[in-house]
Amino acid sequence: MISLHLTAPALWQPAAEAVSRTPLWVVIAYLLLLIVLGSVSGRFFRGTSSDFFVAERSIGPILLLMSVFGTTMTAFALVGSTGKAWEQGAGVYGLMASASGIVHSLVFFLVGIKLWAIGKRHGYITQIQYFRGRFQSTAIGYLLFPILIALIIPYLLIGVLGAGAAVRGITGGMFPETFAGTLNPATGKMMFAGAVPMWLSGLVVSGVVLYYIFTGGLRSAAWANAFQTTVFMVTGVIAFYLIASRLGGLEEATAKVLENSPRHLTRENIGKLQFITYIFVPLSVGMFPHLFQHWLTAKKATSFKLTTIAHPLFIGIVWVPCILIGIWAAGAQMTPPGNNPNALLPMMVDRLLHDPYLTGLLTAGILAAIMSSLDSQFVCVGTMFTHDIVVQAAGKDRFTDRQLLFMGRAFIVAIVLVTYLMSFFPPPKIFDLAVWCFSGFAGLFPLVFASIYWRRVTKAGAVASILAMVVTWSALFWTGLVRPALAGEPTSEDYLVLGMLPVTVIIAASTAALVLVSLVTSPPPDEHVEQFMVGSARS
Amino acid sequence: MTTAGKLAWGLVLLVTLLHFDLWLWDSTSIVLGFVPLTLAYQVGITIAAAIAWGLVMRFAWPRDVEEWASRESSLRRPAPSASKGRVR
Repeated sequence: MISLHLTAPALWQPAAEAVSRTPLWVVIAYLLLLIVLGSVSGRFFRGTSSDFFVAERSIGPILLLMSVFGTTMTAFALVGSTGKAWEQGAGVYGLMASASGIVHSLVFFLVGIKLWAIGKRHGYITQIQYFRGRFQSTAIGYLLFPILIALIIPYLLIGVLGAGAAVRGITGGMFPETFAGTLNPATGKMMFAGAVPMWLSGLVVSGVVLYYIFTGGLRSAAWANAFQTTVFMVTGVIAFYLIASRLGGLEEATAKVLENSPRHLTRENIGKLQFITYIFVPLSVGMFPHLFQHWLTAKKATSFKLTTIAHPLFIGIVWVPCILIGIWAAGAQMTPPGNNPNALLPMMVDRLLHDPYLTGLLTAGILAAIMSSLDSQFVCVGTMFTHDIVVQAAGKDRFTDRQLLFMGRAFIVAIVLVTYLMSFFPPPKIFDLAVWCFSGFAGLFPLVFASIYWRRVTKAGAVASILAMVVTWSALFWTGLVRPALAGEPTSEDYLVLGMLPVTVIIAASTAALVLVSLVTSPPPDEHVEQFMVGSARS
Repeated sequence: MTTAGKLAWGLVLLVTLLHFDLWLWDSTSIVLGFVPLTLAYQVGITIAAAIAWGLVMRFAWPRDVEEWASRESSLRRPAPSASKGRVR
């Protein structure tokens, strides 16, 4: 029987003997492999901007499945879910994973395929191009651009923080002369002494991703995603079985939960209305600009079939091990350093496996999940800046392709820098920040859905919907996360509005504004709207 | 839409409703020796969702979407995209 009573200070004292650096070397080897992959995929780059931004719309079903799935699985799915399950129990799977398995595929089918068709027919590369065309408004693009960028930044931040936490978790004591660690304000003692600091690993990970996307654009991202999706799924399953064996086996690990913390088997810590309203959060995929760009890479509509069917199953393969690991940690009475849920998975990998090569490999798997999202997001922000701002404002002939590419890359680097600076003021939990980020995008879902299916939606209605989302999301985000964080208040519970997730209020407000304002403003011309009604015989 | 297509969509709706398993809220039961019932049930929902989506793909696929996407756009060109010249 294994009983683990590990506390933060005991874990992170400088080791009396030198700590093996093998796990770090394995991680570095993985990063070098990605650089090589980036160089190889860059040779297939066809030299056109169309290839750089949408891979010449040539991606088949298997690569589309792997790249879309890899893009949607982030630090949230691995690091975040494990930590959240440690806090709230097995019910976390039903909150996000199970709901996402239904809703993501729904969005791929109802929205993704339609946007692919519209994008192909009218030559769109970005979401903003689509909305400008649909609503015959240049201004709507200038309104959407800063909002989408502002919502992507927290998404990037999750990745940078997750990568930093993962590497820090396995490098404790490796460099005692170089890195002093982090002061735990609660205990006054140093944590993570000798570990690679988050700022350094975040910098390296961002640099590797920037290299391979600068080399080959979205095609490189798609290839890297396929590779990294395979890596994190396989290593996740390996981690699951190895951690289970260290805890005495599958049955013993769960028996400990029943003995020591039976609430982790239930949904005792989750409100029923809270659970019900979580289903709105996955609607966010309908407005992820980086996912939109991946959709446009599909060779044909039928490429979406495999993604729609397999996506729920892939989610299950990734999330179930993470949820079980989280509740097993609770059953084994393990506590992550500083009581920080983000540090739980890296801690368990490091402290239970006792094999430096496996530890390094599994950490590489965590980084794979993170980087497979970062790459698409990086490409996306560069694409949006060049196409939706620079070319729109200056005209397509004002700059050469080389100049446009330079400006796009410079903008990507600027956004990454902003994100990086924000990582020095980290939010309490990756899971909670992710839900806020997703809630913003979900608040824009009524807009994209109506634009595809409702002929009566107007430009004014669209603008009203966007503004309603911004106002409600900002107010709730300030009240629910920013103000408590600034005040140093503990945020162990989800922020709820009348027992419901804030996304419910945000979607209700944006939908009401969209519908009401559309109905009281002049309808758009029929002949224009028909150009966007997929399947219409009149277009 | 065919009858089979409607039934497939009905299955998606049923799976969605069954996702809200409020009756298992406080269960501490364990199945297969190590999986909490609350987790196992939702995994079952995940599998059911994949099956339902497979049926939708088979019986409710929009067959005209490829042909529609291939038609020439009659819009004035939207936001001009970058030229197709080499980018490096």
